[in-house]
Amino acid sequence: MIALAIIAALMLASAALALSRRNLIHSALLLIFTWAGIAAFYLWAGAEFIAFAQVLIYVGAVSMIVLFAVLLTRRGEEPEIARDSRRRVIPALIAGAAVAGVIGYAVLATPFDLPDGRAPAIQVRQLGFQLMGPQIVSLLVAGVVLTVALIGATILASTEPERRASDDNARGAPPEEKR
Amino acid sequence: MLGSGILKGLAVTAKNLVGSYHDPERLVTVEYPEKRLPLPEAYRNFPFLVTENAEDPMGTLRCVACQICEKECPPQCIYIEKSKDKKPDAAGKLQLYPAIFDIDTSVCMSCQICVEVCPFDAIKMDQVFEIAASNRFTDLLLHREQLAKPNSYFHQIHPTDAAEVDARLAADRKAAEEKAKAAAAAAAAKAAQAKPAPTPAAPATPTPKPSDAPSAEAPKPPPPAA
Amino acid sequence: MSAGSSSFLEHAPLAARDWVVSIFPAPLQWLVHHLITIVGVLAVFGLFFAFLTVVERKLLGRIQNRYGPNRTGPFGLLQPFADAVKALTKEDIVPARADKLLHFLAPVVVCTFALMTFAVIPFGRELIPVELDAAVLYFFAAGAATELAIFMAGWSSRNKYSLLAAMRALAQLISYELPLLLTVIPVVMLAGTLSTQHIVLAQEGWTFGVIPHWNILTPWGALGFVIFLIATLAETNRSPFDLPEAESELIAGHLTEYSGFKYALFFMAEYFGMTALCGLGVTLFLGGWQAPCEFLQFIPSYVWFGVKLFALVLVLIWIRGTLLRLRIDQLTRLSWKFLVPLALINLLNAAFWFVSADLPWPGQIARWGISIALVVLPFISIGRRLSAGLGPRTYHYA
Repeated sequence: MIALAIIAALMLASAALALSRRNLIHSALLLIFTWAGIAAFYLWAGAEFIAFAQVLIYVGAVSMIVLFAVLLTRRGEEPEIARDSRRRVIPALIAGAAVAGVIGYAVLATPFDLPDGRAPAIQVRQLGFQLMGPQIVSLLVAGVVLTVALIGATILASTEPERRASDDNARGAPPEEKR
Repeated sequence: MLGSGILKGLAVTAKNLVGSYHDPERLVTVEYPEKRLPLPEAYRNFPFLVTENAEDPMGTLRCVACQICEKECPPQCIYIEKSKDKKPDAAGKLQLYPAIFDIDTSVCMSCQICVEVCPFDAIKMDQVFEIAASNRFTDLLLHREQLAKPNSYFHQIHPTDAAEVDARLAADRKAAEEKAKAAAAAAAAKAAQAKPAPTPAAPATPTPKPSDAPSAEAPKPPPPAA
Repeated sequence: MSAGSSSFLEHAPLAARDWVVSIFPAPLQWLVHHLITIVGVLAVFGLFFAFLTVVERKLLGRIQNRYGPNRTGPFGLLQPFADAVKALTKEDIVPARADKLLHFLAPVVVCTFALMTFAVIPFGRELIPVELDAAVLYFFAAGAATELAIFMAGWSSRNKYSLLAAMRALAQLISYELPLLLTVIPVVMLAGTLSTQHIVLAQEGWTFGVIPHWNILTPWGALGFVIFLIATLAETNRSPFDLPEAESELIAGHLTEYSGFKYALFFMAEYFGMTALCGLGVTLFLGGWQAPCEFLQFIPSYVWFGVKLFALVLVLIWIRGTLLRLRIDQLTRLSWKFLVPLALINLLNAAFWFVSADLPWPGQIARWGISIALVVLPFISIGRRLSAGLGPRTYHYA
């Protein structure tokens, strides 16, 4: 229990700090720390595979996306958030309380049937069989979504027309278009 | 095939790596200062003054303080002060000598012009380069005593040059000696010829003495004839 | 088969640890047990790192027809201590506008995660610090966090060139993460487990007592190992992929504003990462701590692991001394256009190998033939296709 309390406290603290920092990069890095905290929570719960997958995917890949997006789209010197957010305290509190209420109700009202004693340690092998067997549809859908995203990213990123190497020096023709 | 260049490159470096342990061509490092590369004979660094022998360096300097090198030196790093008296040089002839002969090695650019213009083969280029000093203005200014090195040292570092200089000097001395002997013989012959004829003027000329030392001095003018 | 497993030398490290643990009272024993493991790994690999820097410099020197460092100590063996003193006594300069916390944290994070990856490498028959079920995934998860540290280093320096170089370094690392993982997947598939100890055990056995069953001696394993080696070079920023930190590229890339001990920490993290990835390569492809021949089993397993690790690191040093640096666009093109398709076809090859494992004797020859063809033909065809138009240069002299 103490471990859970510590992990939860660290996660909440870093999430709160991530929301309140003015520097965008600091917020991003604190968010990454929060994701690492979620991985620690998975480890505490005994789900090793998910914990390592969380680190690999979130800290290794999604963080890169966030940081690249922040760095490539900011225009000014210091990424700063607007300073006049004092007026929005009351609407923020109302919205926050509403969301907290909905989530809390959803968590408390759902009957989780918890087995007595420790949770069984699932071997990765069994996870693999589950994924490849009964849950194959979700795996295939995830694969299709990722492939579509990758193809879309490649198409969006390719802005220059293809140049064939044989055209360049053989005929000495002028370039077709001005870049 | 893709990658064949990489494999060939790896083979070359492997040959270098293995070869460096047994093949001297593949490890050309000379571990200075424990081992040194032999310097070529024409290597030069800063000048030095040649003395005829090592026992009396200041007395047998070939330099006669003619100051030609001081005038010709491009960065003007030589400072010479002539002596007030004359000392006999290695050939016995009375010559001036440098009372002060300073070379500022922080200025000298090793151009060898001083060597080229010296008529007495008195200043030659040395090969010592490990002369780092800790004080720029006192230690890098070399005086006469530090610059004087014997002819045997000159033979060591520039054998062909030294041999050539020695041969030339010996030939010059021999030629001068021959010339002096011939002049003395001519004067003696002239005196012998002039002796029997009576002259109303001064008494017979004293027979001129033959010169004692074999030197390259200019022959003395014959005593005035009556 | 297990003639080596009961020898005294084999058990010596664990016996020593158990003896020390038994000295302490019962409540502290688990702490002492883990502390000894951690200190042992740090000490052994710290010394290995120190020794490796000297060996690398001396071997690079010999490759380049010169001596390496040979003044400090006999054969220059005390050089790393001289380097350590130098790194510790250099002034630690932090730029005035730099983000001080991130600037401080970046080398700490990169070194921490590089060291954490050592926890799942099996050094010997019973010498693995933590036995995890998902060990390979843990290894890559810990390695992924080092990329974050490089970004932190580049950004916190508040230097345009550092940032640019950090972006390049990240692009390189992300590009080569794919081939790295794609070559590991066939190994996992054939061993049936993500646990590194079990992967090593799946490579045991000898044909005729002299030919080991290591993964590198299979067609898909050979290509996989080559791709793994190239990806290792790129993941640890080593030549020929050392664009991020080369001296002539943007000064020192993301390390420009680091000096003194922080720079030494980055350096250490690079070497630890290299050692860890080589250790993983030995585990996955070279049979881990297995002996090459049956009768050589009397040599303890950790010695074999050390020998193989050292040999692999020597290969990396050899490659460093030979190959030219690649440009960033050449790097990324190599990864995406060449290594990823090859690795995917390799995965197919390994699947075929797995499925055809039980064929009768004539089928085995066909199996080898098809597998080798699946390695050689894509390599040649993709290689030809990609180097079309990039033929050998003809030099025209005036």
